[in-house]
Formats: sequence, C-alpha cells, structure tokens
Amino acid sequence: MSALVPPAGDGGVTAPVAGQTPGLLRRSLATGRTRAGLAITMLVVAVAVVGPFVAPGGETAIVGPPNASEVPGLLFGTDVTGRDVWTRFLHGGISVLWLSALCTLVGVGAGLLIALLAGYSRTWVDEVLMRTTDVFLAFPAIVLALLFLAIFQPSAWTVILTVALGHAPRVARVMRSAVLDVAGRDYVRSAESMGLRRWSIRLGDLLPNVTGPLMVECGLRLTYSIGLVAGLGFLGLSGLAIDQADWGLMINEGRTAFTVQPWPVLLPVTAIGLLTVGTNLIADGIARAAAGTDREVGE
Amino acid sequence: MSVVDPTAPLSDHPRRMNAGGLQVRGLRVETRAGVAVVDDVDLDVPAGTVLGLVGESGSGKTTVGTALLGGTRRGLRIAGGSVLLEGIDLTTLSEVELRGWRGSRVSYVPQDPTTALDPAMRVGKQVREVLDCHDYGSGPDARAQRVTEAFGEVGLPTDGEFARRYPHQLSGGQQQRVCIAIAFATWPALVVLDEPTTGLDVTTQSLVLDTVRKLTQQHGCAALYISHDLAVVSTISDEVAVLYAGSVVERAPTEQLVHRPRHPYTSRLVAAVPDLAGRRALTGIPGGAPSPGARPPGCRFEPRCTLAVDECARGLPPLVPVADDHLARCIRSADVSPAEVRDRDPEVGRAADPLLRVEGLSARYGKVSVLHGLSLDVPRGTCVALLGESGSGKTTLARTIAGLHRDAEGTLSLAGERLPFGSHERTRQTRAAIAYVFQNPYSSLNPRRTVGDSVGRPLRVLRGVRGAELDRRVGEMLDRVYLSSHYAQRYPDQLSGGERQRVAVARALISEPTLLVCDEITSALDVSVQANLVGLIEEFRHELDLTLLFVTHDIALVRNVAQQVAVLQAGAIVENAPTERLFTDPQHAYTRELLETTPNLVS
Repeated sequence: MSALVPPAGDGGVTAPVAGQTPGLLRRSLATGRTRAGLAITMLVVAVAVVGPFVAPGGETAIVGPPNASEVPGLLFGTDVTGRDVWTRFLHGGISVLWLSALCTLVGVGAGLLIALLAGYSRTWVDEVLMRTTDVFLAFPAIVLALLFLAIFQPSAWTVILTVALGHAPRVARVMRSAVLDVAGRDYVRSAESMGLRRWSIRLGDLLPNVTGPLMVECGLRLTYSIGLVAGLGFLGLSGLAIDQADWGLMINEGRTAFTVQPWPVLLPVTAIGLLTVGTNLIADGIARAAAGTDREVGE
Repeated sequence: MSVVDPTAPLSDHPRRMNAGGLQVRGLRVETRAGVAVVDDVDLDVPAGTVLGLVGESGSGKTTVGTALLGGTRRGLRIAGGSVLLEGIDLTTLSEVELRGWRGSRVSYVPQDPTTALDPAMRVGKQVREVLDCHDYGSGPDARAQRVTEAFGEVGLPTDGEFARRYPHQLSGGQQQRVCIAIAFATWPALVVLDEPTTGLDVTTQSLVLDTVRKLTQQHGCAALYISHDLAVVSTISDEVAVLYAGSVVERAPTEQLVHRPRHPYTSRLVAAVPDLAGRRALTGIPGGAPSPGARPPGCRFEPRCTLAVDECARGLPPLVPVADDHLARCIRSADVSPAEVRDRDPEVGRAADPLLRVEGLSARYGKVSVLHGLSLDVPRGTCVALLGESGSGKTTLARTIAGLHRDAEGTLSLAGERLPFGSHERTRQTRAAIAYVFQNPYSSLNPRRTVGDSVGRPLRVLRGVRGAELDRRVGEMLDRVYLSSHYAQRYPDQLSGGERQRVAVARALISEPTLLVCDEITSALDVSVQANLVGLIEEFRHELDLTLLFVTHDIALVRNVAQQVAVLQAGAIVENAPTERLFTDPQHAYTRELLETTPNLVS
C-alpha cells in the first residue's frame, strides 16, 4: 500500500506555499474604507495627543473678553469666560480619548468574559447570565449611565464603569453567539475528548477563533464610547475638574453664545464627529473583511 | 421584440439551426482575470438520453452545469464556445431571452432540495408557479391539470391534499421529487441535474434515479447528470463524460467507460471506487488536481500519471476518437489498461476477546431517544463497521464510546474495564486509549493552531510530553501519515481536504490508542483521496495492532475495510455479521434493501 501513497501527500499541487492567509487586520486594511477610517481617526488622535504640547497658552488662562470671535492674536477667539478657544480645543481631546478607550476595554472585556462563560457552559449558568444581560439591555445606555452617576460621585472611574456596564450586555450577546458557533466545531470536541479543562478550551480554542467578531465589537463600542463620554462631558458628568478643558464640556459652555461665537461648539463637534465616523469606518472595514463581503469570487 | 417565445412552435424560432438534443462546442468559462475554469468542453446529449458528467471537487462540473443554463457564478463569465439547444445557441441570447428559456426549455435540479424549495409556499403552488411564469398551456385549467400530472410523473400522490403541503411536511426524497416535478413540468428540452441525490439515503436515491431515467425517456428531453460518484452515474447514464481540471478527458458509453477506460485518470478513478461485488483493495491516486491558474501547460493529468512520457508535458492533447463513440484526451490511450484491481485478502475476524464491549446502551438528546439498548462487541485487532443511514444513531454511538456524549445509560467497557460516559470522568489512560477521527476535516482542526500544534496536543495533554521530544514525535507521526515533517509549521487552511484528514488521523494516533473510532472520515473527500486514506488506516491497523470502529453510511466501502459489520437502523442493531456473510447471505430485510439499492459500478 505504501508505494501508492505519495511522499508529499495529496494536494501538493494546490496547497499554497506562502504563509497563512493574511490576518483580519491586514485584510481589512486593503480596503479603502478602513484606510479612510484610519486616516481620519489618526488625525483626530494626533490633535488630541500632540495638542496640549503645542497649544499657545494655558488651558485656564483668561486672555480676552468673553465670547469674542475676533481677538487679535487668537485663532478662534475666546469662550464664555474669555479663555482661548484654540488652546482649550487642543487640551480638551485627550480626556475624551482615554476615557472612551478605557470604557471600550472594560466593557468589551467584561462582555467577552460573560460570553465565554455562558456560551460554553451548556448549563443553567448560560440561562442566568443571559437573562440578566437581557434586563440590562432593556435600558438605554445613557439612562443607565445617568442612573449610576446620580447614585455615585462622578469621577473618571465611575464614568468608565458605568459606560462599560452599558456595553457589556450588548457585547456579551453578540460574542455569545460567536462562541456558541465555535463551541459546536469538531476541534472543540476533540479537545474535550482529551479531557482538557473547560477554561483551557475557552482560552485555547474558543477565544482565538472569535477574534474576528471581537475586533468588530471593539470598533463599534469605541464609537459608542466616544459619543457617550462626550455626552456625559456635555452634561458635566465626566468627573473632571470644573475648569479643565474637555470637548464635551466645551460644547455645553459654548452653546448659549453659539450665534455670536460658534467656534467653542464647532471645533469639538467636528472633532468628535470625525472621530466617531473614523472609528466606525474601521469597525465596518474589519466586519466586512471578517464576513468576506468584498472578497473576489472565483479565485 | 426579439424575445424568443419558448411556447411558440419550434419552427418559428429565429435562430434555429438543427433540432433535437444538446450540443456543446468548445465551451470556455473564465474568471475576470482571464484564467480558465473550464475550457474546450464538447458535449453531446441526444434527446431522450442521460449524459453523466463525473468529476472530483474542483474539476469544474458545476461550472459546466450552470453554463448550460446560460449563467455563471459571480466573478466568472462564459468566454467562448457555443451551447446549442434545439439549434439555438444559448450563449448568444440576451438576459431577457434567457429568462424566458430557463424553467421552460432548460431547467435545473439542485443538490439540496431543502434550500431550493420555498419553505413558506405549498408545494403544489411551487410547481404551479413555473407554469404561470411561462404562460404554460391554454389557461388556468390546463395548468392545474399539469400540476397534478407532474406530481404523478415523479411518483408523488396526485390528490389535492399532497399539493397543499409545505416542504417541511415532506421527506428529503419527496422534496427532491418535487424539485424534479418542477424541472420537468414545462416539458423542457434540457434538464441539468447537479448532484441531486448526494444528500439522500441510498434507498431514496434509487427511487429518485429511477424517476429521472423514466422521465427523460418519456419526455424525450436531454439530461445532464452531474455527480462526483461514478457508481451513481453509471446506473443512470447512457453515456459518461469525465471532467478533470476543467476539461473533458474521456467520453464514452457507460459500459465501455467503466470496463475499458482509455484515459489513465478514468482508469484510476474506477479503481478508487469502492465496490459491492468485489473484495478488492481500493487504490487511490497520488497527488491532487491542479487548481485553475496552476494547471500544467501539457496534459493536466501528466504530473500524477504513471504512463506519462516527455511528450505529455508539451501541450494539451486533443480529445480524439479511440473507438466507436469513444473519445479520450490522451496520447497514450492505447496503453491504458483497464483498472488494475487487486483482490483484497479475505480476512476473517479473529475470534479474539472483545476490546470494546457495549451492553444495553441507550442514549438520548434531551427527551429524544436515539439509541435503544443496543449491544456490540468489537474484537481486538479487527475493524468493525457501523453501517447506518442518516438519523440511525451511528454518530451518537461513536461519540458515546469516545466520551463525547454523556446523556446515556448502559455499560461500556474497554479491555474489561468499565468506562464512565463523559471524557472528564475517565482516567487519563482511557482517554489516551480511545481516539476519535471526525467526519469533517474542515471543522476538526483548529484554524488558529499550526498542524504541529494540533497533532502534538494529545501527547502534551495526555502523556505530558514537551519540548524537543514533542517536536520529534510530531515530525515522526507526520511522516507516518505521508505528510513530511515540514507540514508542522503550516496552518489547516493551507491544506487540501485529504491532507487535513491525514493530520486528523495523525492527531488521533499520536497518543498510541488501542481503539480508533472513525466517524464517516471519508464522506467529505473525493474517492481518489478516500482510497488513499482507507489504505493508510488499514496499514496502521496491521502495524500498530489497532482496533477500529469504522462508522459509515457507505455499504460498498464497508466491504473494502471491515471484517465485521453491525447494521444500525433507528437506534438498534438489526444485523451483526462477519462482512462476507453479510454480503452473501443478508438476514435482515433492511440489509437486503441496502444491498439491492446501492448503485454498483461493475454490475
């Protein structure tokens, strides 16, 4: 028999020689959608990160009359208390950024944990976890956040935890179905037949195979986080010092004088808008790459 | 209006050249980049006959089938050639004209009736729909009449009650017959059947095949029957065309093709098909078919061919007549010998002590009972086949033995020692002693792990082997399944189906089990690859003194691999006998039915 079996195995002609198919991130980067999203996001992130270092003055310094749109030497005039709008804008992005990033991380992390636990338990644990998340899903994220911020003293951590609490059940729902799908594959059964512990199967077999939807969730939740964090900032609930620059807060402060001095509102609104669109484009690009929507058919 | 009216008298068609049957000449379908998927395809199907189109996965058989309906998959286009039906070239018709043809003059029977039928529409309505759509007959009464007739033609009840059912209320065989009724309802000139029985059990399959053959003759239409299964094709076709890597390599009347193949590929294909009649060793074909874009400039089978000479690599040979009605694309067709069939040693199961003993086993999924108190002995060192159709409970039994299904009662014992049901309750030794190879190699390997990682995992987990010793043994094991050790660095998506299944076998055997449970391990593979894998398993059984439980639905394959057969029907073993006796003297009515209805190549 052995003489009939090829030394190189069958399909030697068809098997590709190069490395594994390019990863999801690289594949999604091949599309214009993701690249545009990345460019927009990088631009806003650059402004927020580099801004405080290149800002012409102090973020709390009063440099002119309030709500003046044309002050010599100032690019965008002054805000409601006479501070430089451009300086405030350059300083005000970083808080939105790191708050949303942490909200996303904590929220998606918690959701993923619930999903791995529920999606691969096949017992009452699944029921209990998922019904509990259903209860949370009944409330809009902003209402939940307001409720918790009304109970607890607003601080950066309470903002992160409340926004993350809004994300977790939504992430859990999506990721659980991804986990359920993978849990039905034969390689999971194969691991079970070796008697591996459930958590080592969760981490070794399930998690690496749900990274596609996980990345999509990260992008999507980041977009929502930015909106929510900016919104809480607008309401003065982002837990920052009262005179600290923050894009959300700037919109709130500037809205009353919008007709005479639009810049304190326009600048942060544009930045938040661009950031949201940018992250959403990236998330969408990853999702499309994961689903193979743009893939060429027929080789 | 230049629209061809399909219901107009035949002589009124504007582009008619000659009448009757289908002629395909030089058909070429390519990708947008200009890479040919199929090329130089010539086919002739006279009215009232069936042409079987046989090919392994990736040969382009479905592409040819859809091209005959004037369509292609997304990303492909018909780039050349002609498809003449009743003298009209379908490739020159506009999309609007084609729409008038499809379903009325040309129709299609898909592989999977469950997705082809609308689940929310009564089946009678679905037959009626195609008639309404093409303004069949003189009026509503004639169409209603035709719906009833169409059901009768495919052997379904003609009373109104049946026509009012929904697809989910029908069996798989009935659903496929509804699809066939739809295809034949408008008296088409050509019917393309794309693997219509692949999802069906053999007993249902033979009913469907009979129906198709009868209807083709009655209607005097041309039929193209596409399949990967040479045995099925040979029972229904008048003529067979063999497709390899996008071109027809041989075309001949069925009998002649099977008994006197003139192309080396056909000859090897025949040798790879498991056969009911003979105890013969299956012979696989080394290598794999080249994919579009990677095809050699010469004869496409040349790299795998044992008869190849230098000249074979110099250009694609033409399809030339080698005998009456017999065409082959091979410059050495005169040297092709009929499939070399070696008899397999008749081996009787040794009356050894049972390694595995199953007693009074019942298994459930929730409230649904799947196995009903069955008992089975698997003697040490033999291969016992577990034969059953879908839903018979064979996979549940296999999984329960492997510790993957816990909702069970009864006794399992391995070498006299009682086995708990779940793998977590078993000892490390027992988990290593029973290995399992899954049906689908595309889902049994973790796509995020390298081959080496997957193969070495049981050794790491069950035997605690690590480091250089682990790498060495993984390399050795890969060599033993005829994949070289450099496959260890690859990922599953870089492997063909046959290679993946070898990796799965390597993973199962690396922990040196005594019992190997194979669950339909060849059903996702082409026959030429199946033969290689079966040979490999057989080799291991001898060398490692392995005991095998071989789960399959394919009774022909059973004769080629097993010493003892347990026939499973609806969760109970209805017959358990040594292989030879089962085939020569079947006792149970169900076994006899299986033997009678399974298509046979050599009959």
